[in-house]
Amino acid sequence: MYKYDHFDQEFVDRRVTQFRDQVRRRLAGELSEDEFKPLRLHNGLYLQLHAYMLRVAIPYGTLSAAQMRALAHVARRYDRGYGHFTTRQNIQFNWIRLEEAPDALADLARVQMHAVQTSGNCIRNVTADQWAGVAPDEIEDPRIWCEIVRQWSSLHPEFTFLPRKFKIAITGSPNDRAAVRVHDIGLRMHRNAAGEVGFEVIVGGGLGRTPMIGKTIAEFLPKQDLLSYLEAVMRVYNLAGRRDNLYKARIKILVHEIGADEMRRRVEAEWENLRDGRLRLEPAVVADIESRFARPVYAGQPADSAEVAALKFRDKAFGRWMQANVVPHREPGYAIVNVSLKPEGEPPGDASAAQMDALADLADAHSLGEIRVSHAQNLVLPHVKLVDLPSVFRRLQEIGLAADNIGQIGDIIACPGLDFCALANARSIPVAQRISRHFADADLGHEIGDLQIKVSGCINACGHHHVGHIGILGVDKHGEEFYQITLGGSVESDASIGTIVGPAVSSADVVGAIDNIVRTYLDARQGEERFLDTVRRLGTTPFKERLYAAA
Amino acid sequence: MARPASSALRAATANRLRDGAVVFRTVTGGWSSRIEDAETAQGEAEAARLLAEAERDATNAVVVGPYLIDVEPGEDGLLPLSLRERIRAFGPTTPMVGVEALPYL
Repeated sequence: MYKYDHFDQEFVDRRVTQFRDQVRRRLAGELSEDEFKPLRLHNGLYLQLHAYMLRVAIPYGTLSAAQMRALAHVARRYDRGYGHFTTRQNIQFNWIRLEEAPDALADLARVQMHAVQTSGNCIRNVTADQWAGVAPDEIEDPRIWCEIVRQWSSLHPEFTFLPRKFKIAITGSPNDRAAVRVHDIGLRMHRNAAGEVGFEVIVGGGLGRTPMIGKTIAEFLPKQDLLSYLEAVMRVYNLAGRRDNLYKARIKILVHEIGADEMRRRVEAEWENLRDGRLRLEPAVVADIESRFARPVYAGQPADSAEVAALKFRDKAFGRWMQANVVPHREPGYAIVNVSLKPEGEPPGDASAAQMDALADLADAHSLGEIRVSHAQNLVLPHVKLVDLPSVFRRLQEIGLAADNIGQIGDIIACPGLDFCALANARSIPVAQRISRHFADADLGHEIGDLQIKVSGCINACGHHHVGHIGILGVDKHGEEFYQITLGGSVESDASIGTIVGPAVSSADVVGAIDNIVRTYLDARQGEERFLDTVRRLGTTPFKERLYAAA
Repeated sequence: MARPASSALRAATANRLRDGAVVFRTVTGGWSSRIEDAETAQGEAEAARLLAEAERDATNAVVVGPYLIDVEPGEDGLLPLSLRERIRAFGPTTPMVGVEALPYL
């Protein structure tokens, strides 16, 4: 966990004071909505269908138990008793009152949280692998670099009015869990031939109206050059990115239009002016940031627990949960517990205040006081002793968060959709809920295996439908909700954009269509083949033929 | 819900400035969170007058972003024609985690 220094805290406190005055002036009629809107958006406050929505940053998806309790408090005191964890590792509160927003932000500032740069055309919250620092396959903890990028990009005067929003993700592992190929900039840490750790720099990825897989413009960027190189990328984008058309303003369009080679050339030309200047990251600076991360202190544990191993066979529910939700930890005797926020039939990513408090208590008791948020809208208890797993499981059962479906068909990503969002064309959450109920049989879920369904309620693709193994996009056809289905997307190291399988299906038919697609897969798969691999082997044709044969 | 895009009846809606709640312009010139309290306008001239009044309240920092919606008389009062406006008027179609059914604000 990164601990604020005096500067960080003063910055956040002053921002609350400033925003409180801006809200006061707005309520008094001294500021018009046109004047106020950019100010509230700079503080993560949107106006949605039913109320103001506050998006709170959870930098790189890491939070403390105390911070989780503060989120529960905000949910209870200022909202309707729940919050929605997002695909950007943030949390949104859907029912905030403008007049109370400064109080909510003041309460959050007390636990080193804020909503700065969760909106607007700036560099947004930097995201990372939810297993950062604990994954056995990790080369280096990416959060140190996320924090360096956060400090560099926060209120950066040059990049406060970019052509469009800008999202950066960093993975420190060869197995990408941070979706780095679909971000404006993705950074993948890896070792070069000399054994040094640096970054592959991927630019121009993104979803939305024009989905693109990012292009690599630097194979190996030494660590000390990270900020100077990023600044060069941002300058090229800030100058050449299109401001004439909202839909063509993201860096992906620029990279697509000029090509990766020209992008690289322009960035390197700019970088020549910057690389050995003030942005060069000296080891002492990096060490200072690193020292602000309180590293977990593990108690020496036996590497195995015969008791837990036996319980997996004795207690089928526990065994299934272990198989789907619990993964190995780099520290012997510990495990990473993924907490699914996708209980059968519930809105994906939602947690009640009571659940948040209970998770905070669990984290204090069993996870060194730490919790993570994943881009799949789940939570993680990152440091659980193997011997504690049975009691953690029982407690999760009690609070309704023991769904054993991580990475499976029930683990659906869904944006808020038309039930909440001012941009949406169709509902997302009810579709996810219906699919979740339809495939609720846990044995079936395990038999189907790794299958990611992602649902977006409009082309902006907050539900990442393009990179779902099965993607579902809500569209409005003459006032009726229809859903366009794509197959074969992936957000991991083998990132790909899904292919539209055929004409959109009606809301009434969408669950049947997903069932049909899953049956085609179960009939066609070879051995242990994953859904995605079957689609890649066969293409969409057999799925399409069977899906539309019935029609 | 495939219906004609425009209806003879319109109401003015907006979000209330201080809390963002969905509100409808009433016959007495106020704003109510209950759509059954909404004033309805028939014909272009009346609709333009209703919108102008609503926009004045936006200028006066009472509401944000007023616009007209198509409505029809229903069994229990007015019913917006579009799904989006029904969701605005009556709340999300899905129960929320840990929350009872949506009360009117």
